[in-house]
Amino acid sequence: MKTKDEIRSRSIDVAAQAMLFEADRAGIEVAWDRFEKQQPQCGFGELGLCCRHCNMGPCRIDPFGEGPSQGVCGATAEIMVGRGLLRMIAAGAAAHSDHARDVAHTLKLTAEGKGGGYEIKDEAKLNRLAAEYGIATDGRSKEEIALDLAEAALAEFGQQQGPIQFTRRAPAKRVELWEKVGIDPRGIDREIVECMHRTHIGVDNDHVNLVLHGLRTSIADGWGGSMIATELQDVLFGTPQPTHSEANLGVLKADEVNIIVHGHEPILSEMIVAAAGDPEMLKLAEQHGAKGINVTGICCTGNEVLMRHGIPVAGNFLQQELAIITGAVEAMIVDVQCIFPALGALAGCYHTKFISTSPKAKFPGATHMEFHEETAYETAKAIVQAAVENFSQRNAAKVNIPDEKSECMVGFSVEAILAALGGSLDPLLDAVKGGAIKGIAGVVGCNNPKVQHDYGHVNIVKELIKNDVLVVTTGCNAQACAKAGLLRPEAAELAGEGLRSVCQALGVPPVLHMGSCVDISRILVVCAAVANALGVDISDLPVAGAAPEWMSEKAVSIGAYVVASGIYTVLGTVPPVLGSAEVAELLTAGAEGVVGAKFAVELDPLKAAELMIDHITAKRAALGI
Amino acid sequence: MKEIFVRLDRCVGCHSCELACAVEHSTSKSILAAPGERPVPRRRLYTVHVEAQKVPLLCRHCENAPCVLACRTGALTQDAVTRLVSHNAEKCIGCWMCTMVCPYGVIGRRVEERIAVKCDLCPDRDEPACVAACPTKALVYAEEESFADVKRVEAARLIAEGYLSGQAT
Repeated sequence: MKTKDEIRSRSIDVAAQAMLFEADRAGIEVAWDRFEKQQPQCGFGELGLCCRHCNMGPCRIDPFGEGPSQGVCGATAEIMVGRGLLRMIAAGAAAHSDHARDVAHTLKLTAEGKGGGYEIKDEAKLNRLAAEYGIATDGRSKEEIALDLAEAALAEFGQQQGPIQFTRRAPAKRVELWEKVGIDPRGIDREIVECMHRTHIGVDNDHVNLVLHGLRTSIADGWGGSMIATELQDVLFGTPQPTHSEANLGVLKADEVNIIVHGHEPILSEMIVAAAGDPEMLKLAEQHGAKGINVTGICCTGNEVLMRHGIPVAGNFLQQELAIITGAVEAMIVDVQCIFPALGALAGCYHTKFISTSPKAKFPGATHMEFHEETAYETAKAIVQAAVENFSQRNAAKVNIPDEKSECMVGFSVEAILAALGGSLDPLLDAVKGGAIKGIAGVVGCNNPKVQHDYGHVNIVKELIKNDVLVVTTGCNAQACAKAGLLRPEAAELAGEGLRSVCQALGVPPVLHMGSCVDISRILVVCAAVANALGVDISDLPVAGAAPEWMSEKAVSIGAYVVASGIYTVLGTVPPVLGSAEVAELLTAGAEGVVGAKFAVELDPLKAAELMIDHITAKRAALGI
Repeated sequence: MKEIFVRLDRCVGCHSCELACAVEHSTSKSILAAPGERPVPRRRLYTVHVEAQKVPLLCRHCENAPCVLACRTGALTQDAVTRLVSHNAEKCIGCWMCTMVCPYGVIGRRVEERIAVKCDLCPDRDEPACVAACPTKALVYAEEESFADVKRVEAARLIAEGYLSGQAT
């Protein structure tokens, strides 16, 4: 048994703490316990000084200079760290972009009439995107336009020559810079494949060259894969508009069938939401003694359905196990990314059905109900039915739903922000120029047991808004903010005087939820629009980024494209690059001279906020505002 | 007194013990900062790979330790009760007599100057850093008698398995 202080030190979220006490009582192991068992973690790995890229190895470099200073091939610390970093970016860009590929494929099937229940929900956006791609719209059906758009987007994955269309949304100065430095991406898959080629034994052995290609690959993610995912999802499922919902484990209901959708893609979860409202399913739920079907979300699948349908959020990344420990979850339905393989064994301790759906992602202990777009609604209905029929298996003695939940206002797509501003960016620009809003901070990223759960997220955001910095958020930070009540319009009271008055005038929270992790592309679009309106580059703007609790390779790709876009970015956990002073220097100083932005690492969220505010202040001074 | 024992069958040669040792003997005690410190923090144990076997070597704090007998300046001393062999850097002149007589070759040197470095069993910790860092528990911090208990149970299990499989046929 752990002490109360030990358990409370794991999370600042009271609902999470309650489930951690229950896990401890029941002898159930969760991520924090496994993290403790990993201590001390491998020092070579922490520093990025190990390489398994060929079978002369594995090789390691002694950071203390006593043992080997090179791998068998002669790779130095710079090369090892640079190659390792590039592979992380490749994996992250691949994850976002493969998600985008599935969305484009779904749009194509829908346009061809083969999508099992999907429809084109935002025709206006379809036409705007078609215009960007130079696709004719006059006198054509939405299906014809959508087919051309889907094919044009799909072609960008395999294309050998640039540009990727959405990269041209960046200010002209930024595009010129990318071209000059040689990091304007040519094709999405091409850059990722080239990462793997360059990091093979005996190819790219110059750390600067490796990092530059990392930036190019990441741009193909942020302004390519991720942006395609966001935009085509809006066409298919509707562009988010402001709506209200609730967040935290208290959204689970004692008398209804609880279904949690977890992972990252809305393709399946959109259909789960639809199937859960099917009268046939509701009747079945009634027959099984349930008062209804309650769909909730975790991670970015949760964010996608929250943004578009106001579906409540059960929690963020580190709460996936805790949700099952409530004993009230009939089915945890997962697609791809950030899903613990531990869920199978954990679900086995409860009545919960752990249902995997993607042909790409299978898990031990899961029931696999494979999902294909062509038969989307039927599969979704079968999954919902399995959940409903599981309600009678619920053991009332094991049900322990925390009370905590918080209201939240969400759905701030770029279109919704513009609408809230009255159709033009001018009110925002005026507030920034006038100083009511000092600047804009994008705070995003994961949870990581290296940081007390949500502590980094909530504290950095509170400090920023207190200092009149408008926060835009996605991913697990958005969910942490939702749970902490920061996504309520009333949270404006926690903001500085200037930001508070703007938020109160517009009736919006001081922290705007812009979506899932691929939706960081929405933040890029906002930055580009603001820069264009002011006639400057993104790197001139009073903006900054932060990932206070990041852990995934996707986050590395995101950090890289945010910096490559010209935005200063503060990381709250240390990336595995400190084994090479040269690579660390390049990322935290040298990059500034190349792309006009750099990384910083600061583990204390309040100090991280201070770094961002100082940066914003300096940029304001340079702009003369 | 407790000593560091090695279960050779468990060592995978990851060198985590060596890193943890160097970090523990640094100023910052952080893997992220220690490599940049001067003087460079030194490890005091060594994992050697011979005959397809990985062998962690560390100071045995021998009875009548040869290094203490060889030390001409009194830098090396041995506690009469605990047998802990301690090294006083201020008295060390870097003559390497200790290094020459150590049967295990586990007395190293500080890179920047002629000063010997050796295992001190981590006086600031309950359990030496190398033992805490070993992911396979190849290193064990125990009294000699309790380590022998562990070895006896392991040996008895092997014998019992052999005996029982003989009975079964």
